[in-house]
Formats: sequence, C-alpha cells, structure tokens
Amino acid sequence: MKAAGRLTVRARGLVVGLPFGWLVLFVLLPSLIVFAISLVEPRLGAPPFTPLFSHGSGALPRFDGKLDNYLLIFSDSLYVAAFLSSIRIAVSAALITLVLAYPMAYAIARTGPRWRTPLLMLVVLPFWTSFLIRVYAWTGILNSNGLVNNALRHLGVIAEPLPLLHNEFAVYLGIVYSYLPFMVLPIYAVLERLDWKLLEAAADLGAPPWRAFLRVTLPLSLPGIVAGLLLVFIPAVGEFIIPELLGGPGTLMIGRVLWTEFFSNHDWPLASALAIVLLVLVLTPAIALARVTRRPEDAA
Amino acid sequence: MAADAAAMPAIAVAGVSKRFGEVRAVDSVTLEIARGEFFCLLGASGSGKTTLLRMIAGFEQPDRGRISIDGEDVTAAPPYRRPVNMMFQSYALFPHLTVARNVAFGLEEEGRPKAEIRTRVAAALDLLDMGGLGGRKPHQLSGGQSQRAALARALVKEPKILLLDEPLAALDKRLRERAQGELVALRKRLGITFVMVTHDQEEAMGMASRIALMRDGAVLQVGSPRDLYENPVSRYAAEFFGTANLFEGRVVRVNGPHVSVECDTLGTLQASCAGGVSPGSAAAVMARPEHVTLSRAPAGETNMLPARLDSLSFLGSFYAGEVVLAQGQRVSARLSPAEYAAAGAPNAGEEVSLSFSPQAARVLTR
Repeated sequence: MKAAGRLTVRARGLVVGLPFGWLVLFVLLPSLIVFAISLVEPRLGAPPFTPLFSHGSGALPRFDGKLDNYLLIFSDSLYVAAFLSSIRIAVSAALITLVLAYPMAYAIARTGPRWRTPLLMLVVLPFWTSFLIRVYAWTGILNSNGLVNNALRHLGVIAEPLPLLHNEFAVYLGIVYSYLPFMVLPIYAVLERLDWKLLEAAADLGAPPWRAFLRVTLPLSLPGIVAGLLLVFIPAVGEFIIPELLGGPGTLMIGRVLWTEFFSNHDWPLASALAIVLLVLVLTPAIALARVTRRPEDAA
Repeated sequence: MAADAAAMPAIAVAGVSKRFGEVRAVDSVTLEIARGEFFCLLGASGSGKTTLLRMIAGFEQPDRGRISIDGEDVTAAPPYRRPVNMMFQSYALFPHLTVARNVAFGLEEEGRPKAEIRTRVAAALDLLDMGGLGGRKPHQLSGGQSQRAALARALVKEPKILLLDEPLAALDKRLRERAQGELVALRKRLGITFVMVTHDQEEAMGMASRIALMRDGAVLQVGSPRDLYENPVSRYAAEFFGTANLFEGRVVRVNGPHVSVECDTLGTLQASCAGGVSPGSAAAVMARPEHVTLSRAPAGETNMLPARLDSLSFLGSFYAGEVVLAQGQRVSARLSPAEYAAAGAPNAGEEVSLSFSPQAARVLTR
C-alpha cells in the first residue's frame, strides 16, 4: 500500500515535472539569457556584447546592466512605428482569419461524422509542406508574371498586371492563409462539443436562427474564438518570413526590424531588447484574454 | 370553421407521417388533443412518440399530413412561431446564462419591457419554488432544480400548450414520484394543455387524463388510463399496461358481449368483448393478475383451471402468486390478504384451482 502510494507520488511528480522542466529549460532560461543580453552593450568580438557583470574594485562583481536599449526603443519612432504597425497587421489579420474560419469550423462541426475527419484532414493538409516553401509559393502565384495575373490577362480582364505582391495585401493574404488552421481547429473543438438541443431550446423560446446564433452559439464558442485569435495574433505579430517574402519595402514589421538589428547591424543587445518588448506585447493580451474567458466552473 | 372556440381541439394531428431514411418514425397518425388535457404519448423507444412531439413543437417537418394548434394550421411554421413551449428531456438550459436569464430568454425574444420581464421571471421562479436560485448558473443546480428551472423557462411565456419530453427521466426515483404530483397540480392550476412523452406506463397512468399508446410509428389506442388498462385493443397493449395473463385459442361462439374461446388443452374459456369478434378467428383471453383467484375446490366451473402454486410472496398489501397450469403455462395472480384467506391460504407447491370471472376477462384478437 505504502510502496504503491510512494510510486504514485513519484509518477505524479514525473508527470508534472517533465513539462515543468521543459518549460524551465527551453522557455524560461532562454528568455532570461535574452533579457540579460538586452541589458548590455554591443562590441566587436565573441560574444558580440559586453558582459553583464565585471570585476570591480571590491570583492563582489559589479553589475553593468543598463536600460539604455529600452529607452532607445521607446524614443526612436522607427521602433515604435514598427511595433504599432505589427500590432495593427496582426490584429486585422487575426480578425479576417476569424471571419473566414468560423463558418468553416461551423460547417465541419455540423456535417455528419463520416465527412468530419476528411474535412479536418483538408484543413491540416498544408502542414505537410514546409511553411517557408508554402509562403514562397505565393510569390509565384502573386507576382506580375504569376498565375493570377497571367490568368486575368489571358481572360482579358486586365491589360496591366495587378500589384498583388510586395505590399500589405500580400502580407495579409500570407498570414490569413498560413494561420487559418490555427483558427479553425479551436473553434471547431468548441462547436463540436456544443449541445445542439440548446439551439432547439432557443428556437422554442421564440428565437429565429440568427438570434439563436448570437445569443447561444456565439457566446458558447467564445473560448474557441479567443484561443484562435491568440494562436493567430501571437505568431503574426513577430512574423518575419511573410513580410520578408510577400511584403514590400514599406511593410514595417517588428520581426524584420529585429532581424536587421541582429544579422545586419550585429547589435545583439538591441535585438534582445526588441525581443523582450515583443514578448511582453504578446503575453499581455494572452493573459488578459485567458482570464476573461476562464470557464465559470473554474472561477466558482 | 364556425365551431365555437371551446370545442376546438388544442392540437389536431391529421394523417401525419415522417420517415427517417428507411425508418417510418411516424406512420399516418391522427389525434385530437382537447384543451386543458394532460395528454400522454406513451410507447417503447422507437415507437415514434418523440418524433411526433418534435413535429408538434416544429423541430421536425412531417412528410405528409397536417398539424393544427387551436385551429390554426402550423404544419409549415418554424418552432419560434408556434404558441407552444417545450421542456426538454436534458433540460437544455443555456450553460452560459444564470437561471433568471434562462427564464427571461423567451420574454426577451418577444421584446417585452424590462420591468415586465423582471416581474414575470420572478413570478415563474416563485411558482416553481425557485425564488432564491435565480442567480445560479445551471451547473450549480441539482437535478430537481434543473428540472424546475427548465419548467419555469417554458412556462414563463404562458404558452397555450406545454410539451414535455420525458420530463422525469433524468430524476432519481424518489424525486420522480414527487415531481409527478407537482406536474399534475401545476397543470390544474394553470389550466393549460400538457402533452407529455414517456416510455413509463406507470408514469403515464399516474399523470395523464388521456393516453395515446404508440408502436412502430402508429397509434394503437387512445383513451383514459382506465380504458387502456381494462380494454386493451391488442396483446401488445395489454402487456404494455401491467401484467397480462394470455390464454391463446380460437373463438367458437359470440353472444353479444359474451365470447367463448376454445383453448386447446385448457378447454373453453368465457370472456367478454366490446365487439368486432367473429367465430373462428384466433384470439387470446386476457386476465389481469388481480382478477385471478385461487381456491382449493376442484376445477369444474366456468374459467376454472387446475394448477399448482409455484411460488408465493407477501408484498404488504397483497400476495403475488405464480401458478403453473397443467400444460406448463405460467399465470400471475395477485390476491388481497382477504382473498388469500378465502382461498384457504395455500402454500407454494400445493395443488390449487385458479379462476377468473368472464366479466373481467377480455378477448383480444390482435
């Protein structure tokens, strides 16, 4: 009895400990390293930044961290503009994705069980190809000599190619296309569990279908909507590949700025500070929304 | 239709059929439910009773036939335009809304003013002794409270007809008995028509003023509980309503309500019948256990058969006996303590004679 109990305790410790250890090792620790680098100055050499602690006059090491990089980020309009533009693009793209994904998820949840699995497979199918290749493929579709423009020209709809690539439109298209499954799946998950008798009850109480949707289906699918919005917003804010391949020179997004600071300017500390600000930016709405949509059962 | 409103049925179902693929869920059903009735659709699972109720509510469209409510044809009307409300078997309370908001839902959809909604919701909750629970969420309610909340939500709209889909199925036994009486009292107080679906024969008999017994999508028989118990139209109906002892045979003589049935090894039995029986047809004589009496006297008189008392149990208000006839058929008997004493207090294993009166026995041809 006692031995079995101890084993369960140990097993439970392992179950909790494994993901916890993973989080410490691969999330918390790297974040702390990035944060530490964000507090120092760049220099030539390896590593390309000054140490955080130095041998001072006394026995204790001296702390050399400064907040200069953060002050620079918030005083330079380029960085602020990049952040604001990233948020604007990510929020709009997430909302567009929601509008497209909700009907898809709804339709899949309402089809018979025979068609549900193949339809879900189709949603996930793009993951079988590398993200980078799929985004790159869009350049072939969108450029002035690409599939769309050529087709329209052959049909005589247009004389001159439409500017489809290297602008904000292409960035939106890329984000919506790439992250659609992340919106469809969580919404599908809540709709699939929805008790459709509730809609009959709403109809019975006098609610036409659209009222029943607004008053019953939509509020009950809110957890899926919030999860989907976060799953699209979070990667989209820091997105680099999509604005780099599909965006124009004017498409200002923080992911590109960060890349430039890191790889072109070799300013690791400033890049780290940008990464930390981005992290806070992403975590704040995530935590806030997670609180708002916490299930009432848990809150009680 | 110039008929006066009082005579018009609350619900008229005329030749309604509904198929689901190859299954005939409801098969040309015609029914009239009067105002103020506590009407019950009774049947085993798959008998079509729930489909019929759902067609009255508007959740299913009949393939053929018409449904009228208060003389108005609602066959094509969607559920949100019908003057009926339904209490669902699973209650279907909205999990994201409090009890009070659940109850207010229907009134809000009608666009009632806020003050009126507040008073009517409070009144509906009070009616069902739910006064203090308006602020709770459905997951915080017990089974009985959920049932009352669902009832309040359906009744707050003051429907002319309340539809109840297995309203007591989700309650435990003790609560179910209390809720039965409460539903009957509630219907009397409100004076509206209740239409209930159940598979439980005792529930139907204890609550309904009239019952429609359904099987394979068709209505077998409509009548008062007593009617259905005493004059079942078929062997199935007889066995659905309590225990029935059936003696199979062939009709040999019909004299008004008196029918003689020749039962191979048992000889000729006498029973009564309302009509529609002709000599030569296969038939069964049905005797309820409480109409079967035992005695120590030798067999010989009408409907008296030699038998052996196989088992006997005393159940408080009556004795339940299992009797085996000479050819092996088992018969259930139910004797009051006085009847048991009059029979000479036989013990299990003893040879007895069983008998039943021709007036209480029925001839069943279907």
